[in-house]
Amino acid sequence: MRSDRILLAHGSGGTMMRELIEECIVPDFDDDALKRLDDAASLDFPAGRLAFSTDTYVVHPIFFPGGDIGRLAICGTVNDVATSGATPLYISVGFVLEEGFLVEDLRRVLLSMRDAAREAGVHIVTGDTKVVEKGHGDGIFINTAGVGSLPEGLDLSGSYCKPGDKVLVSGTLGDHGIAIISTREGLSFETSIETDAAPLNALIGNVLAAAPDTRCFRDPTRGGLSSTLNEMATASGVQITVVEDAVPVKPQVRGASEMLGYDVFQVANEGKMVAIVPAEQAEAALAAMKASPYGEDAAIIGDIEEGAGKVYVKTSFGSTRIMDMLVGEQLPRIC
Amino acid sequence: MDLSSFRDPEIARGLIEAIAANAAEIGREVKIMEVCGTHTVAIAKNGLRAVMPDNVTLLSGPGCPVCVTANEDIDIAIELAKRPDTIVTTFGDMMKVPGSYSSLAREKADGHDVRIVYSPLDALALAAKEPDKQVVFVAVGFETTIPLIAASILRAEEQGLTNFSVFSAHKTVPLALAALANDPEVKIDAFILPGHVSTIIGSKPYEFIAEEFHIPGVITGFEPVDVLQGVYMLLKQLEEGRAEVEIGYHRGVAAQGNPTAWALVEKYFEPIDADWRGIGVIPGTGLGLRAEYDTYNAVVKLPVTPPEPKAIKGCQCGEVLRGIIVPYECKLFAKGCTPEHPIGPCMVSSEGSCAAYYRFTDYGKA
Repeated sequence: MRSDRILLAHGSGGTMMRELIEECIVPDFDDDALKRLDDAASLDFPAGRLAFSTDTYVVHPIFFPGGDIGRLAICGTVNDVATSGATPLYISVGFVLEEGFLVEDLRRVLLSMRDAAREAGVHIVTGDTKVVEKGHGDGIFINTAGVGSLPEGLDLSGSYCKPGDKVLVSGTLGDHGIAIISTREGLSFETSIETDAAPLNALIGNVLAAAPDTRCFRDPTRGGLSSTLNEMATASGVQITVVEDAVPVKPQVRGASEMLGYDVFQVANEGKMVAIVPAEQAEAALAAMKASPYGEDAAIIGDIEEGAGKVYVKTSFGSTRIMDMLVGEQLPRIC
Repeated sequence: MDLSSFRDPEIARGLIEAIAANAAEIGREVKIMEVCGTHTVAIAKNGLRAVMPDNVTLLSGPGCPVCVTANEDIDIAIELAKRPDTIVTTFGDMMKVPGSYSSLAREKADGHDVRIVYSPLDALALAAKEPDKQVVFVAVGFETTIPLIAASILRAEEQGLTNFSVFSAHKTVPLALAALANDPEVKIDAFILPGHVSTIIGSKPYEFIAEEFHIPGVITGFEPVDVLQGVYMLLKQLEEGRAEVEIGYHRGVAAQGNPTAWALVEKYFEPIDADWRGIGVIPGTGLGLRAEYDTYNAVVKLPVTPPEPKAIKGCQCGEVLRGIIVPYECKLFAKGCTPEHPIGPCMVSSEGSCAAYYRFTDYGKA
């Protein structure tokens, strides 16, 4: 690349765009299907049904402790596909780059995406690049779509929760949201908290093998645990009760949340999975989570009960409160 | 700092039992007002109202700075945002609060440059980055946040930034408590005094409330055990017929506060009268920039004429803020007024009592 910054011409469809793709994106991703540079990738697909998901990443800042927008984009889509029980196989990547964005930063993101894809065992097979004028973007936006193969007969849904089921989480909550906020100007904490962004397809596979009647998986990203559980409770027409003390939270995340006035149950995660599992398979599911490199802090945190779509928290000294969904954005306290 | 002992269920249970015993001893109805929005959230989030004895009521007071901001001040912020080449910056909670006719969020959607910042220093950085624009920080908050605003002006001076200014809608707490104590409609037996505010001003500025009005106060922290301990200490005072200002939050508050921080505030600001939503004008409870710092005073530097202010129809935030009604007694609570579509500021702010009741309890919800 002759320019150290993204120029409008890099999105023009001409030679500059070809240079960006051929000298930067394709070598960094290093995937055979992509190297053919055809308009569509033609791919082998195993028998079974197709799981298909897409998401767009607009995070700010783009680099943060433990990760970046690229790792997020791959892990997020891998996890979305995997929550259906599918094996994620192929990913597409669309970039919207802002004029003036540093090519060096783009390459950091590309290599991070490559590494995350390898870790997840998925292939980046097709993509697209557009450039917008300076001031019309935030450096880089990424859209990813992913497909995976879903075994016949497997049907998971947030509407399948039944009274008696157990609620599991695969690890500590709030790490990602606090890592992001800690890097924003004017806020710094003594302890560095890293994002938890991770591909969880292998963890999900292990849980399904150990607990085949698992009702559903959901990754508690924006809106955190409370949005995820409220959606499930509403969809299934059940009540969910979470035991506050059972929920794993890192002390430094709890401290930062208290300081900012955040509800840790509403803080975003990028490498955690919530699973609803029948009671008799819950311990096996927990052991399967704990056996995964991303699940060592997994815990059973609550129960599904008869009820009407609400989520409650049992506090450590016996009182009960509602766990409500996040409205708007989480904002630091000012009092 | 390890706060686990302040969440310890055993300690909490012991305090709950002691509170019950004291309350039984006192026998009559006791109304305790928490003055700070963070306390309001801590009480709701930890379900502490539910563990109080029947004759002890915890009421939320005017301790959320967004909630007590008068319509007129929001109208001024909106007019500032409408000025050409002006960027209005503010804390996120201010965005959705309705003024008389609009909100900053609506003005932003209409194309005016309004931005959420996490600190006034972010606004300062923006001013340095955008030298052709006037950057205004809409400053709401109590003693806790005011030193930070003062520090931002100090830094603007040091950097020679001339395009940064502050619209000061600040308020100070102690005299507002006296106004509540004087209000015949408000019958408060004791105050849970704000921890963060007291970190800056210490305990002395509240002592006149205990002396003149014979209302006890305890400064507490924000963990469940802190709040329960505060209630216990207040009941003990009531039982013994004492009225004093006590500190139950020694890890955060010294009696003299933080004189260095307050000296910085006094360098730039002086007391003025302030209009509190629902309470009215309380003399000496606002802070205005001293005349020698007019260059950092948005309303002097960028004069605007707001429209005639108009009250929000049906909204009872004023009564909620004075502890005359609890949020679910408001006719609009959870009906017309929800966090998604707030009518009054107490439902907008994350520290507003209506928002806290709505988020953490079943009251009034279908």
